[in-house]
This record gives sequence, structure tokens and C-alpha cells, in this order.
Amino acid sequence: MNSADIPVIRKIIQRNKRWDLIFAIAGFLALLLGVLTFLALFVQMAYTGWERLTPEFFTNFPSRRAAQAGILSAWVGSLLVMLVTALSAVPLGVAAGIYLEEYASKNLVTDIIEINVTNLAGVPSIVYGLLALGVFVYGFGFGQSILSAGLTLGLLILPVVIVATREAIRSIPLHIREAAYGLGATRWQVTRDHIVPYSLPGILTGVIIGMSRAIGETAPIITIGALTFIAFLPASPVGPEFPWLSFEWLKSGFTVMPIQMFNWTSRPEEAFQQNAAAAGFILVLMTLAMNATAIWIRYHVRKDIKW
Amino acid sequence: MSSFTQTVVAAALLALGAHAAQAASVVKVDGSSTVFPVTEAVAEDFQKSMKGAVQVTVGISGTGGGFKKFCRGEIDVADASRPILKKEMEACAQAGIKYVELPVAFDALTVVINPKNAFIKQLTVEQLKKMWEPDAQGKITSWKQVDASFPDAPLKLFGAGSDSGTFDYFTEAVVGKAKSSRGDYTASEDDNVLVQGVSRDVNAIGYFGYAYYAENQGKLKAVSIVNKQGTAVQPAPAAVLDGSYNPLSRPIFIYVSEKSLEKQEVRDFVTYYMKNASKLATEVKYVPLPAKAYETALEHVSKKKLGTVFGGEAEIGVTIESLLAREAKL
Repeated sequence: MNSADIPVIRKIIQRNKRWDLIFAIAGFLALLLGVLTFLALFVQMAYTGWERLTPEFFTNFPSRRAAQAGILSAWVGSLLVMLVTALSAVPLGVAAGIYLEEYASKNLVTDIIEINVTNLAGVPSIVYGLLALGVFVYGFGFGQSILSAGLTLGLLILPVVIVATREAIRSIPLHIREAAYGLGATRWQVTRDHIVPYSLPGILTGVIIGMSRAIGETAPIITIGALTFIAFLPASPVGPEFPWLSFEWLKSGFTVMPIQMFNWTSRPEEAFQQNAAAAGFILVLMTLAMNATAIWIRYHVRKDIKW
Repeated sequence: MSSFTQTVVAAALLALGAHAAQAASVVKVDGSSTVFPVTEAVAEDFQKSMKGAVQVTVGISGTGGGFKKFCRGEIDVADASRPILKKEMEACAQAGIKYVELPVAFDALTVVINPKNAFIKQLTVEQLKKMWEPDAQGKITSWKQVDASFPDAPLKLFGAGSDSGTFDYFTEAVVGKAKSSRGDYTASEDDNVLVQGVSRDVNAIGYFGYAYYAENQGKLKAVSIVNKQGTAVQPAPAAVLDGSYNPLSRPIFIYVSEKSLEKQEVRDFVTYYMKNASKLATEVKYVPLPAKAYETALEHVSKKKLGTVFGGEAEIGVTIESLLAREAKL
């Protein structure tokens, strides 16, 4: 290389830097497009529904009068359904994920199961609704209840939880496992003391992503027969008599936030559009709050992991 | 963690073993989205008047979906925007479900155009048929083809989606056969989409229930429909009451299961419904029946007069008068 080449090399460097800049700008614009669209929607909903966001909006039942209508039965319904969803999908999904990663031997059967699990994550939600209508509502006789809805959405997010669990487990360095086995630990001991705690942040992320999807789902919930007008709350889970716990609420009819929103957008009166916007705003806030909780928990769990 | 699990399992077993707390009695209603606003209003006020002792749930599965649940015995009351059909009567009969049929109010299907549209003053059923019949698909695309006196402007159609009772009734009344319609129009189950569409296009025409027109009078113009007697009539409560707005007015109903009527809370709910339907129907922009109709209906409930006065047929242009006469004969 002689000094005559230097201008040529400079040119090449300049060209490459230009491409760098072009990609950075394109990437930034792509990001902006997504974020701004979301922001515009969010602000629009907040702006339209702002006046309706009074304390009464959260404590009132739906009503034919827009100004008195509230989302009490909807947010309580959404919360309870999410509770059942989490309680059913998380243990099943995590157990299945751990089994596939740590216990199952690699053969044709597990390969087929793997492919199926991944494919299930892409099945349209309405299909889960139809399945649940046949199995939970009529087959098991759970009826159009919180239990049916929670299990349906649990089924819907199960593949997401399984896949997230497996990804999280795979990110644990192999030498940790080998060290534990080397000290004579059994598989269960390794799983309990190392695999589960270390993969917890990843699993939680997967669970929350799944739950965020589930809370906005409408199609499967309508299919199993969620109600549109319901002006009472499910039975309290805590009772005054022994044993103080009641599971009566699982059998109760219910409605959820997206259904309440949908109902309001299809009303003839203009005022209900405001209610729908306000409900949408709250629904987004609920999702953001769930995500924030996940990040917070993840941060705290990660802090305690020392490899 | 394992001790936590044990506690939860123990608590669950205890709860299952213990007697379930006495739940409040529930009245279950499901069915037509057209009847929903009236039933919802009744349910809201009824629950308030009972101070929470009775709970009412109202779903919207559509008239057909509602009857399916009704004939399986899953619900107490079915909302219906048309009389029960033969097939549904058979399904109910097979399951041993008998019912009382109660007319609740009248709805006027309203044909609407853009307020800026100056060439349409009135339309005949034949003209509507020309626009909406299946043969018109792809062929009738200009207003001039509907009537020679109209300008050569593109014909933009907005109508109900095929799952709604509104679609069934409109096609039956206009084309002559239920569910028979051209397919190349903007269809939506959400009437607000139709309101928006018509209000933004000068050459648009659409149809939906009167309530959506009443709430959007500033954005839409209702078309007078030439009735059987040959006069053009605007949709309005008075015109529905005297029967001159035909054939696009239709009665809406609730069906109450005989078995459910044995329950005090269902009897109370139905009684409250009939006593307050007039006021509440008006409030949600439907046309109430004369007081006499509700009295007859209550009598049918107390005497358990079962069955339908329509014989399972879809019928067009039933006036309030003829409905009353038939109900009285039951």
C-alpha cells in the first residue's frame, strides 16, 4: 500500500459511513412510525375520553345513559378472568417448558410436540373460542362463566409461556448445569435450585407478553358467550363464614373491557363514543401497568442472580 | 413455595366442601341486538327497583343465536327482532321448551341519504328492490338506472351485515325473500359505520333501525317511502303507530320460557318489563305499543297463553292494529 491509495481508501470509508447514516435514519424513521402511530391513538383516546375519567366511571355499572355509565363490571371481570388465566397457564406452561428442555429425550415425538407448540402460538384466537365453547362451556359444563373464559385465554397464551420458558432455560450457561450435576445433584434438584430461579426473569417476560395479549382479546370471549349488560359483580371470593374463601365467583357471568368498549362504539348516541375512548384509554393503561410490573419484577429477580 | 401450594390446595378443598353461599337469583336474557337497548334499559331500572336482590344479564347473540340458547333452556328470556321461525319452534318443541310471546315495541327501518342529496324526495319499494335485489349486482351502478329522472351519479350502497335481523327483514320486505340481496355493497353489523359512510358521500343510500337515524338527524336525511296505499311517508313514531309507514315497520319481541315463569324473579322482571316498556322504549327511540297491548301481554303471562301468533312465518307489514287483534285471539 502506498500513499497514493489513501484518497481512494478515504472515499471508501466515506461511502461506508454514508450508508451507516442512511440506515440509522431509516431505522429511526421506522421506529418513529410505530411509536407515533401508537402515541397518536393513545392521545386521541385520552383527549376524547378525558371528561369521562371521573372516579364514578370506575365505580358505576353500565347504563343506557352515557353520562352515568361506568366500567365497574368490565374491569372487575377483566381482572378476574386474567387471574384465572395466569393461574392456569403459568404452572402448565412452565412445567411443560421445563420438561421439554430438561427431561424429554430428543426423538421424533418431542420434535412433533415442539413443532405443534410453535404452531399453536399462531392459531387465530377465534379457533380457541370455538374449542372452548365445545369443551369448557358444554363438555365440562362450566357454562358461560369466568372459569370458562379464564381457561380459554389460558389455553391461548399457553404456547407463548412454553416458548418463553424454553428460551429462558436455553440462555442459562451449560456449565452451571454441569457444575451442579458434577456435585451429585439430581435433575429435580438442578431444576428447582438453578434452572427455575435463573430463568424466572425470562419466563415472567413471556407470561406478561401473553397476558397483555389475552387482556385485549374479544373474539374467543364473545364466542363462549360473555355478556354485554351486566350490572352486578361476581360473588366475593372472601366470605364472612368459615372457610372464608368462596369459589362461587368462578361460575359467575361476566363482561370484560374490550367487550364493553365494543358495545359502546356501536351505540347510536354520540356520547357513548366518549365512554368507549375512556375505556380504551384505561385498557391501554392496564396493559402498560402489567408490562411495568413485569419489568420491575424482572429487575429485582435479576439483581439476586449471581453467577 | 411447597407450603404455599399446600395452603392453597387445602383452602380450595375446604371451600368446595363447604356449602356454597346462597347466590342472588339471576334472570338471563340473550338475543337480538335490536331489542338490546330496550331490554338493557328495563334491566337497569328493574335491578335498581329490586335493590340488587335480583340480577339480570343481557347478551347479544343475535335473534337466531338467542333462540338457539333459549331452546336449549340456557336462558330465561329471548330478545327477538322477528317472530320465532318454524325451525326454531321445532327445536324448542323437541327440548320441551314452551314459551309466551310478548311484543315489546315497534321499530321503523329507515332508509337514509346524504343531506346534500337533492334529487331524492321519496322512493317506492320497487325502486328499492331495483337497487338491492341480487340481480342488480354489478349491473345497477348508477342512480339513473334506478329511475330515469335521477342523475347519472354513482350509486353507493350501505346496508346491514347478513347476520342481523335488520338484514333479514329489509330483504324480505324489499326483495321479497329473506336474506336475498346483492353482495356488492358496504355491509356492517355496526350501524355507526353505515351512518359515517352515508354522511360522507353525496350519492350514498343506506338503511338501519330508526334509533340510529334519530340520533344522527344532523348528518342524515330520511327518505319517505311510498306505502301500499300509494302515499309517501316519512319514518316517525306517529306514522308507525297509525300503520302508514309500511312495509318497513316491524314489531320486536321478547319470548319468555314457561319453565322460567315459575320463578318469582322472572315473573317480576317480565311484569316490570310490560309496565315500563312504553316509557323506556320511547327513551331509546323505539315506538311503544298502545297501553292496551301491554295489558294484553301481561294477561297472557298470568294465564300462561303459550305459543306464537305468527305461525313460524316471516311476515311483512304487520301493523300494530293487526298485531293487537291477533294477540287478543290467542
